[in-house]
Amino acid sequence: MGGNNRKYSCPDVGGHFGEFGGRYVSETLMPALIELQRAYREASEDKTFYEEIEYYLKQYVGRPTPLYFARAMTESLGGAKIYLKREDLAHTGAHKINNTISQAILCERMGKDRIIAETGAGQHGVATATVAALMNKECVIYMGEEDTKRQELNVFRMKLLGAEVRPVVSGTKTLKDAMNEAMRDWITNVRNTFYIIGSVAGPHPYPMMVRDFQSVIGHEAMEQILAVEGKLPDTLVACVGGGSNAMGLFFPFIEESEVRKIGVEAAGHGLESDLHSATITAGSVGVLHGSKTYLLQDENGQVKGAHSVAAGLDYPGVGPEHSYFQDTEKVEYVSVTDKEAISAFSFLSEVEGIIPALETSHAIAHVRKIAPSMSPEQTIVICLSGRGDKDIHTASSFM
Amino acid sequence: MGRIKEKFRELQEKNKAALICYITAGDPDIEFTEQIINCMEASGVDMVEIGIPFSDPMADGPVIQAASERALKNSTSVSDVLSLVSRIRSSSDIPVILFGYYNPFFSYGTERFAHDAREAGADGVLVVDLPPEEAGELGVHIEREGLDRIFLLAPTSTEERIEMVLENASGFIYMVSVTGVTGARPDMNYDLEDLVGRIKSRSDVPVGIGFGVSSARQATAIASFSDAVIVGSALIRIIEDGGTQRQEVLENISSFTKEISAACLR
Ligand SMILES: Cc1ncc(COP(=O)(O)O)c(C=O)c1O
Repeated sequence: MGGNNRKYSCPDVGGHFGEFGGRYVSETLMPALIELQRAYREASEDKTFYEEIEYYLKQYVGRPTPLYFARAMTESLGGAKIYLKREDLAHTGAHKINNTISQAILCERMGKDRIIAETGAGQHGVATATVAALMNKECVIYMGEEDTKRQELNVFRMKLLGAEVRPVVSGTKTLKDAMNEAMRDWITNVRNTFYIIGSVAGPHPYPMMVRDFQSVIGHEAMEQILAVEGKLPDTLVACVGGGSNAMGLFFPFIEESEVRKIGVEAAGHGLESDLHSATITAGSVGVLHGSKTYLLQDENGQVKGAHSVAAGLDYPGVGPEHSYFQDTEKVEYVSVTDKEAISAFSFLSEVEGIIPALETSHAIAHVRKIAPSMSPEQTIVICLSGRGDKDIHTASSFM
Repeated sequence: MGRIKEKFRELQEKNKAALICYITAGDPDIEFTEQIINCMEASGVDMVEIGIPFSDPMADGPVIQAASERALKNSTSVSDVLSLVSRIRSSSDIPVILFGYYNPFFSYGTERFAHDAREAGADGVLVVDLPPEEAGELGVHIEREGLDRIFLLAPTSTEERIEMVLENASGFIYMVSVTGVTGARPDMNYDLEDLVGRIKSRSDVPVGIGFGVSSARQATAIASFSDAVIVGSALIRIIEDGGTQRQEVLENISSFTKEISAACLR
């Protein structure tokens, strides 16, 4: 597998990445997925679709985001040169809007007047509520009750943007249950509703579509690093919840096997504790939310609750293409604990004056481990997926 | 001939639509599930669908979600459900359909599951989140063991999809009455008659209708143009409402299923 000269061409027409991915959904949704797939294919062949996306990414989201040379962080760690791809500077403060704006434009083309989404940290919910306001669509956001408490500020932002936030009280009351509830809404209102999934997860075509929409991160980063360094980076690092910011950064480099790619999962209280979200590093293959992928599950195939201090990583599944990258060794997956992430949160705030999201702090924490042993000629690009204002409350309770 | 096919033939002679009842195994425990099934059979239920609980029942409404949560409190597993089927089969010929979400089956092992399900005496398998596109890896084993592969069709299904499902299905087609999750509903969509007609013009596999059936009036309407009436949430609600009063639950289930069964006579 993964022959070096063969061009990467996943997924297949059914949305499979090797054994992963697919469309494991109830029959009620199949016609909707097929309709979406067709609409996306048609849009992809239409120049004006991309022109419209480009217009909004530039004028509304504020792209391209800077690739910032983190001099102080580099000096402090004393090894590889570190660059931060500043997705925190995108409108609404995270990478999520790259995807939501693009899906909303597709929604408009499909003539649907209602948008729904699931959210964990609330960043995807905010990014969805934002584009729904922009495009004048009715908007309902499902959020685990647990998360509505941890992320109060984002709940308020969504409401201010005109969305209805529905707290989800079933199951573990976090992101996975919010996604179940959003799927149930979609099954019920499939004729007029567009479901904006927030990561490279869910049934085909979502993993492929969200990957394509987030790839703007990696395309820009490649151009930017070539402009300043004259060569490709040595290492790319990003946190992995569902995996969209990591996919966005890695995918444009996927044929560049000499560029090391590291996805950082949440080890929570530690991998041996059972309180973690390290799906790839500690999970096994199963089927959840419409795709086959690595999962946290028990011996009877029941999905386990995940844990992370970062609500956006608190998910027991992962995008199926990441599972494929793991098995084909295109990307390495590692994990860092809540404690290490919190420490990295303070570190970046102090040395660079940039408060990262707790999700992003996982990527920072891993770079603190690997940068010192690399040489100053080498470069690392971190996807700074979001800003940490939303996390001040959570973080302060640890300090 | 399989038990499901045999049953439909027998009922056709009586001019009755089949009454198929769904309950979640292990809600609130597996012994009671067995008692309920025995009680239902004695009250005119023609086939049973035994639900294997799952942590993330994406296509179910609040009633069946809660049943799954109760069943998972005592860790009801695929193995537990297969033992239950063996016990039922030791004294009854009622057709048994295993119903669930894919992950517990996948985790048990698809080949092993198909083998053990046949061995236990199950007759058909319906996996909610396995549309024909993904059904192959379990389906080959189910077919090899001679069990029926039951598929869903929905009001949103296109001609193309009806065709694809019919190519793969046996036993019966489970026609979902609404675009929505499971749960009892006072009103149902009677345009279904047209959809059922379109299915029946292409195939002689029986068509059953479920999702939302909760009254004799609905059952009579459905029985007039389809082969089976499928009831789930309305029964689970009786179990839920009865709580620890088990005798009362059995009595209520008995009178409810008798009434629906009578309504299935054409
Ligand atoms: C800032 C930020 N980074 C990362 C994530 C994790 O998602 P993904 O792995 O899809 O990028 C989230 C999710 O809410 C987020 O808000």
